[in-house]
Amino acid sequence: MPEQLLFAAEVTLNGLMAGVLYALVALGFVLIYKASGIFNYAQGVMALFAALTLVGIMEGQVPFAHLINITFGTEIHHFGWHVPAFLAIVLTVGVMVVFAWCVNHFVMRHLINQEPIILFMATIGLAYFLEGVGDLMWGSDIKRLDVGLPQGINEVIDQVTFDAFGYGFFIDNLDMVATVIAVILVAGLVIFSQYTKQGRALRAVADDHQAALSVGISLNYIWVLVWSIAGFVALVAGIMWGAKSGVQFSLSLIALKALPVLLIGGFTSIPGAIIGGLIIGVGEKLFEFAIGPMIGGATENWFAYVLALIFLVIRPQGLFGEKIIERV
Amino acid sequence: MIYREAGDFKTTYRADAQTFPIKLDRVGYYGLLLVAIFVIPFVINDYWANAILVPFLIYGIAAIGLNILTGYCGQVSLGTGGFMAVGAYACYKLMTSFPDVSILVHVILAGVVTAGVGVLFGLPSLRIKGFYLAVATLAAQFFLVWLFNKVPWFYNYSASGMINSPERTVFGYAVTGPNASAAAQYLVCLFFVILLALVARNLTRGAFGRKWMAIRDMDIAAEIIGVNPLKAKLSAFAVSSFFIGVAGALFFAVYLGAVEVGEAFGITKSFLVLFMVIIGGLGSIFGSFAGAAFLVVLPVVLKVIGADWLGWPDDVVAHLQLIIVGALIMGFLIMEPHGLAQLWRLTKEKLRLWPFPH
Repeated sequence: MPEQLLFAAEVTLNGLMAGVLYALVALGFVLIYKASGIFNYAQGVMALFAALTLVGIMEGQVPFAHLINITFGTEIHHFGWHVPAFLAIVLTVGVMVVFAWCVNHFVMRHLINQEPIILFMATIGLAYFLEGVGDLMWGSDIKRLDVGLPQGINEVIDQVTFDAFGYGFFIDNLDMVATVIAVILVAGLVIFSQYTKQGRALRAVADDHQAALSVGISLNYIWVLVWSIAGFVALVAGIMWGAKSGVQFSLSLIALKALPVLLIGGFTSIPGAIIGGLIIGVGEKLFEFAIGPMIGGATENWFAYVLALIFLVIRPQGLFGEKIIERV
Repeated sequence: MIYREAGDFKTTYRADAQTFPIKLDRVGYYGLLLVAIFVIPFVINDYWANAILVPFLIYGIAAIGLNILTGYCGQVSLGTGGFMAVGAYACYKLMTSFPDVSILVHVILAGVVTAGVGVLFGLPSLRIKGFYLAVATLAAQFFLVWLFNKVPWFYNYSASGMINSPERTVFGYAVTGPNASAAAQYLVCLFFVILLALVARNLTRGAFGRKWMAIRDMDIAAEIIGVNPLKAKLSAFAVSSFFIGVAGALFFAVYLGAVEVGEAFGITKSFLVLFMVIIGGLGSIFGSFAGAAFLVVLPVVLKVIGADWLGWPDDVVAHLQLIIVGALIMGFLIMEPHGLAQLWRLTKEKLRLWPFPH
């Protein structure tokens, strides 16, 4: 095979892997949007907060240490213990559930029947709030997150492709793990929503709030559940991105990466989020590879959006979104 | 007792259709204008101009612009930062290409250029609505910022990639560049604010405004009663972008003086202006100013209290600021989703009845 084609194939593979990570974030959006009609801008910050909490628990950091120190003049930073990764993850899930309850109890419950734009704005407020709390609680320096996931180049693929084509593909182990986890997560969510009682209730709420209420489904319970699941998805996304590039503020910006994924896939479709993520991942990597050098590079910032815009003009509800029928 | 329309008889159609039908409002408005024009410029100092008054006026213009699009026409836009950047760079290119023309003309022309770009990015609004449109406008935000970063022509091939506003004068007083006095900067911004607020107020209560509101309330119904959605939506995008472009031009030329596009006109700016509009009140000119004032003053107050009085380190104050702003936004939305403008309306209603409860 010619060399350019090999490069392109490698870029495509890496794009697919990146796309899976975008899809992970987009999943959280879709879940909340389907169940409550809320477009949750805070999803990215939730990922950041979850990752920060995980690191904080693992390292045994004292929450709000900085604030306590300046208020009382003390010098405390760490409890002095290290929590194993698995236990820390379980604890973090607990924190995200508490967070979900708080969000529903203090904010969203009071905003029922408001216009979607008001709900959207509320989640932006939530994003600011959570970002501030996260920074204040765990400190804003860049942290390393290591939960024992394999990292670095995959030797096997490198070797096999080198033998076959005379050029070793660079595939990161972490990306492969992320792909596997994403597949498991999606499968789990599908099984959950198809076969469990709570999952069915969730789909009923997504279909029609009033009808669900009238058959005795508690909206409060479902919303706490949905926000918890979104928190869990955020944690998974946070672990993946955090292990890749460290836990820092830029982690919350992946929300902005997930938005065009939603546009392409449709706001209401879980398969749409996956396929949208893959299209964006491959598209932006290939575009940067092929056209980027000609027009100055760094096209990844906007390419996804422009691609989504073009998609939208052709299909205004995304690839898999529900068809919007309007009546006067 | 004094705030009521009873006894204030109108004898002409003109008087009946005026902006402030209640006498106290009118007196208050002209009084405020007199103070703003003839008193503040003489007492203003650098700190007040830079920290509060000039940003308040500029954000006021931007908030009116976004309010026209989002509040009156119902098209949510997250591309405000990008459009402000267009205004800033258009103003810069005009200032450096035609140094002899007045800066006031340049600012207006920058607004016109932005209006053109706004119409271009408004075209998808004819196909897509709601959140899909909101996210689509992010395309404008990211693409425009990238464009101004990557194409050296826009920043005249300067090595730093920044644009600096050269010194320009109005009536012999420097209003841009390092020698501009606080009063001159303030007056230039005030001039545009008064002019544009007047334009916005009259546009929104005229035929244009009614068409926009019809589209906002239900676009299909509006189309059926004879509102052309193409013209209505694109005119809203054009007018809104014009305002935002003027705000961007002033922000760069008068307020900051030197701009790096990603920092000054990033996505956070879009959200900031959107917050101003929501907190102030959608579909209200007064609300735009109230929201702008609130979000300009709040960080300054928090900084004064936290850093200067309590002596906390800067990073803690910054984090607390995020928390407080976020909590306030959520609190506002829960208590009064229609913003400060609605609070003001309720207050006025109470005042008219005062001292009676009903």
